[in-house]
Amino acid sequence: MIELEELTKRFGDTLAVDRLTFVVRPGVVTGFLGPNGAGKSTTMRMMLGLDRPTSGDVRIDGRPYAELRDPLKSVGALLDARSWHGGRSAYNHLLCLAQSNGLPRQRVAEVLETVGLGAVAAKRAKGFSLGMGQRLGIASALLGDPRILLFDEPVNGLDPEGIHWIRHLMQKLAAEGRTVFVSSHLMSEMALTAEHLIVIGQGRLLADTSMAAFIAGNSRSFVQLRSPDHERLREVLRDAGVTAVVTADGSFRVDAGDPAKLGELAAEHRIVLHELTGRQASLEEAFMQLTAGSVEYHAHDAGAEPPPGPEVFAPDPATGRRPPAWGEDWRRRRGNDTEGV
Amino acid sequence: MSTPRPQQTEASAPAPAPADGPTHDNPGGLAPVPVRPAGFGDALRSEWTKIRSVRSTLWTLGVMLIVVVGIGLLTAWGLNDSAWVGMPLLAPGLFGIMLGQVCVLTLGVLVISSEYGTGMIRATFTACPRRSRVLTAKAVVFFLLSFVATAVACTVTALVNWWVLGDQKVPPFLRGEAAGRFEDSVKDGRLIATTGEWLGATVGPALYVALLGLLALAVGALLRHSAGAVTTMLGVVLMPLLLALFMQSASLKPVQEKLIEYSALNALASFYRIPMSDGSGNGWDMLGILAAVTAVVLGGAYALIAKRDV
Repeated sequence: MIELEELTKRFGDTLAVDRLTFVVRPGVVTGFLGPNGAGKSTTMRMMLGLDRPTSGDVRIDGRPYAELRDPLKSVGALLDARSWHGGRSAYNHLLCLAQSNGLPRQRVAEVLETVGLGAVAAKRAKGFSLGMGQRLGIASALLGDPRILLFDEPVNGLDPEGIHWIRHLMQKLAAEGRTVFVSSHLMSEMALTAEHLIVIGQGRLLADTSMAAFIAGNSRSFVQLRSPDHERLREVLRDAGVTAVVTADGSFRVDAGDPAKLGELAAEHRIVLHELTGRQASLEEAFMQLTAGSVEYHAHDAGAEPPPGPEVFAPDPATGRRPPAWGEDWRRRRGNDTEGV
Repeated sequence: MSTPRPQQTEASAPAPAPADGPTHDNPGGLAPVPVRPAGFGDALRSEWTKIRSVRSTLWTLGVMLIVVVGIGLLTAWGLNDSAWVGMPLLAPGLFGIMLGQVCVLTLGVLVISSEYGTGMIRATFTACPRRSRVLTAKAVVFFLLSFVATAVACTVTALVNWWVLGDQKVPPFLRGEAAGRFEDSVKDGRLIATTGEWLGATVGPALYVALLGLLALAVGALLRHSAGAVTTMLGVVLMPLLLALFMQSASLKPVQEKLIEYSALNALASFYRIPMSDGSGNGWDMLGILAAVTAVVLGGAYALIAKRDV
């Protein structure tokens, strides 16, 4: 179990981590999600005692990391940045870590086999690819057979086989009753691995919830309609005051619509439907929606222009304006701070 | 979305997983790891593995051995067959160690700064959050290794000098009283080495250079940057003498003398009984001064290493 209490880290004028309070529980994979620069790595470094909190504290099984008597047996960590000497072989790298904690020598060979680096154990780590480096980091995390595992962006640089492997590894570790805490900036990756979710943005806690609740609460549902009688359906929808969007493949998309009502509407007007599907917006969108106001590094000014969207044909009758693009109104709401998340 | 979720039924059982299937599906299926609190001995073992498993150790100490012994052989060969040049028997060993010490300084810096440079330091401090223990283990392992290597190099050189130059005749007008401070070094008209000279050509310089390397390690821990720390240490070793070289005016004479007297190179020369200034002792007093300086800088390194983020 990892407990954070009002954990704060300030680098000069930048508040990297802002009063984070949450608990990471054993037995499940807990995803730690946030855009680049949200403070994920800093938080994890503070958990490991590498960075000193400006205020607040973090406890591993009830005590600060520095007071752990057997650190590698308590916590195994894969850090985001390279943390080995390239001139040392994979075997010797793990051996010196094992020795520092009094772990038996055969553990090194075991974890090297576990991560699939047995064949290159004697090679200097300098020549390792990104994926091999990631596996070496995972090997050092597993070295002490720890109760708590921290993985910072574990899928970085892994090939699909490796990604599949690490997902199963994390779930397996959690199923064994361990605490597994995984950071990522990819919601889709988290959806496949994590059961619990902690989302931060600009160092602040945005969500601490189960994955299912997060999906339900943050993703937007929409209904997809397709008809051979495209034009009539368009008119019917417009007459009924339903805002619909034509997507690239020629179907209609109604945000927050009720499939039953739309189906009845079509039946009433005797329109044949080829498709009537209730859908959820992707998790990636839900994540972006949650963190949009707190993204540290924008590729461009995200709030200024809506993304080039599909053709919108139903102007709002009251104002004559086009309906808001997806997520646009949400950003406005956040900007006015009228609605909490 | 098709990935099946594991059932959470056995969440409370961190028992070893059954050893089934390919090995990489079996991360937790390991022999139970004995739980024993890690101690200083473990840190020493770890640092020994670290220092012997990088090439920079082999390179720096190897080059040091070659330079010290090689220059020792060359000077002995050059001085053989010539008349006594007025140096104690083992003194030619100085020239090799003056160059060779740079290798030891470099290794001292690299032992710690390479960890910062490569990111290894994060793994090190995660495995051993007691940072002072890491620094102590590094200091002990490095000091012992560099002392042994330097002592071997110096002893071999001293033996070469003793073997090649040992029967050199000292001209009659330089014997007895006339030999001045070399009085004890001349016996029956031939050059000999006293016990003090033997110690000053083997253990003395080895201790001094290893201690200088320890100072370099402390500087490396403070600066966390290899090139910066090596440059700093070269400055510490060379600058006093270089500065003194340019202080030729009479008013700067006292400063010049002090700079020469307390320079690291003069300390080594004193061990070999050929000091560069008249006020110098036999090197052991300089060893005490260096030990004090090293203790202060190392203390600073302990204070900072505990506080800084890595």
